[in-house]
Amino acid sequence: MSPNDTHTDTLPAGDPAGAADAATKPIIEIIGMHKWFGEFHVLKDINLEVRPTERIVVCGPSGSGKSTMIRCINRLEEHQRGKIIVDDIELTNNLKNIEKIREEVGMVFQHFNLFPHLTILENLTLGPIWVRKLPKKEAEETAMYYLEKVHIAEQARKYPGQLSGGQQQRVAVARSLCMKPKVMLFDEPTSALDPEMVKEVLDVMISLAQEGMTMIVVTHEMGFAKSVAHRVLFMDDGRIVEENEPEEFFSNPQHERTQLFLSQILH
Amino acid sequence: MTPHPTATPAYPDIKPPVTSIGLIGWIRANLFNSWFNSILTLLVLAGLFKTVPPMVKWAFIDSLWTSTSAECHADGGACWSIITANIRFILFGFYPPDQQWRPLSAMILLVVMLLITRNRRWWHRALAWAWVAALTAMWLLMRGGFIGLQFVESTQWGGMPLTLILAIFGLTAAYPLGVVLALGRQSRMPAIKSLCVIYIELIRGVPLISLLFMSSVIFPLFLPEGITVNKIIRAQAAIILFTAAYIAEVVRGGLQAIPKGQFEAADSLGLNYFQTMRLVVLPQALKIVIPPTVSILISAFKDTSLVVIIALYDILKTTQSTLSNPKWMGFSTEAYIFLAAVYFLCCFFMSNWSRQLEKDLST
Repeated sequence: MSPNDTHTDTLPAGDPAGAADAATKPIIEIIGMHKWFGEFHVLKDINLEVRPTERIVVCGPSGSGKSTMIRCINRLEEHQRGKIIVDDIELTNNLKNIEKIREEVGMVFQHFNLFPHLTILENLTLGPIWVRKLPKKEAEETAMYYLEKVHIAEQARKYPGQLSGGQQQRVAVARSLCMKPKVMLFDEPTSALDPEMVKEVLDVMISLAQEGMTMIVVTHEMGFAKSVAHRVLFMDDGRIVEENEPEEFFSNPQHERTQLFLSQILH
Repeated sequence: MTPHPTATPAYPDIKPPVTSIGLIGWIRANLFNSWFNSILTLLVLAGLFKTVPPMVKWAFIDSLWTSTSAECHADGGACWSIITANIRFILFGFYPPDQQWRPLSAMILLVVMLLITRNRRWWHRALAWAWVAALTAMWLLMRGGFIGLQFVESTQWGGMPLTLILAIFGLTAAYPLGVVLALGRQSRMPAIKSLCVIYIELIRGVPLISLLFMSSVIFPLFLPEGITVNKIIRAQAAIILFTAAYIAEVVRGGLQAIPKGQFEAADSLGLNYFQTMRLVVLPQALKIVIPPTVSILISAFKDTSLVVIIALYDILKTTQSTLSNPKWMGFSTEAYIFLAAVYFLCCFFMSNWSRQLEKDLST
């Protein structure tokens, strides 16, 4: 768990004083990062600091580079210029470093990406057993603990295909948590869900936030952003256009592009 | 479906019309559902009536099972005696007759192991060791040369054991090699990738016969003087190398069917390349390609019969040799039917097994 475990205060936690106090050392630092897909310049001069227990929501129109940016943080995508430093390790081509960072950074995907040939319990213990080298019994205990937490312990012996989308996504969250990550990245975790299942996943994420997990969430759930985020980033055309506390961000957007975006999704 | 407001009694179930169920319904729906199909049905029935009874008469009623060749030549029916009279040579080739209990017990051991392996309940690490032990035991039994067992040179091995040895060792070695080649072909390292591509394309580009010739004729030329490699092992190597190239391409198809998200999820847990492949990707990919893989294994099994061209006496060659005996000349139909039945049984076992495996593994 993170050192700032005391940060289990109540939400809404739009308070800037929260975790984001400038004294703590950032756990993620992105400095002047650029990325290209072939000729296409997807990310332009990204600068971002994330401190432990800080919760950041990234929004913006599709194709703006939100997902690509967070995928760079655990090197699912490679950046071509600038620096990304996670937990004091700089991301380079060094495979050992990449694996070390991935151990500390959990990720939840839009399409869950559970392993269909393994049971729920096996999905959860795979990382701890093979990467963290935990004994099987201990890994299973941890797995059951987190399954309880996402309210799905009774499904432990089932296969992912037998679960609903919302249940699968909660399993995916639990799978990441089993690695005891320092940071969690969420890549549009509710976009592929049926409407009635969105809430159960958001509830899990909110309780995670209450426990002080450091989170970066790409989402279109503005309610979630308002109540949970310390900071909201707005991206457009590969840049971070605007960055603010949620209250300011929603009530008084500075940038013209942000105003347009918000007017379109908030009606 | 909205519930009906008033509590009317449920619509009572009535029986379906007789013509739509049961045997009559099936016949009407499938055999006589149009005038064209009715004509086809009648034609097929007539054809069967013409051919089946004479065949049964030849194969079973007029047939001779344990007679001399002279009686066979006098009789008009099938002469299965060619098989029963020569069964020891057909099954064991030139293996010394008084020692033939050895290949026989080796084969029984193999069949028992196969039947045990069929059941997934037994799939533990112990079974792998049991296989190593069983294969070693079979090899030693066949070879002899210890505690009073007469040494039998491998040039004398033949018939069914030879076919099974070539097939079992060939398939079990070719499969992992094929998987490695498939992974190599997907590799991001250009040297490994191009090596695998060249290997696969080269091997797939030549017929198995030419590989067998190369192994038996050309390969020994490159060996330093005085060193010889057993002919069976050379043929075995050719079969392995050949089959592996085909398996590699099938497995590659399976690898391509795995969604990118699976790799990403494994990566983001911190699994390394080998863990990702072994724990996440291959279990799914290999399962997808069970049907085409078994096709390759079945055809590889049948291709072992090509070793006749380098004068190895597998079961095809021993059966043929029986036919060249003047006493039994002219009964090739019976001999080849027998041979076909043997191959069919083995192949059917394989495809049946694979279907069961697919069912067991479906999640």
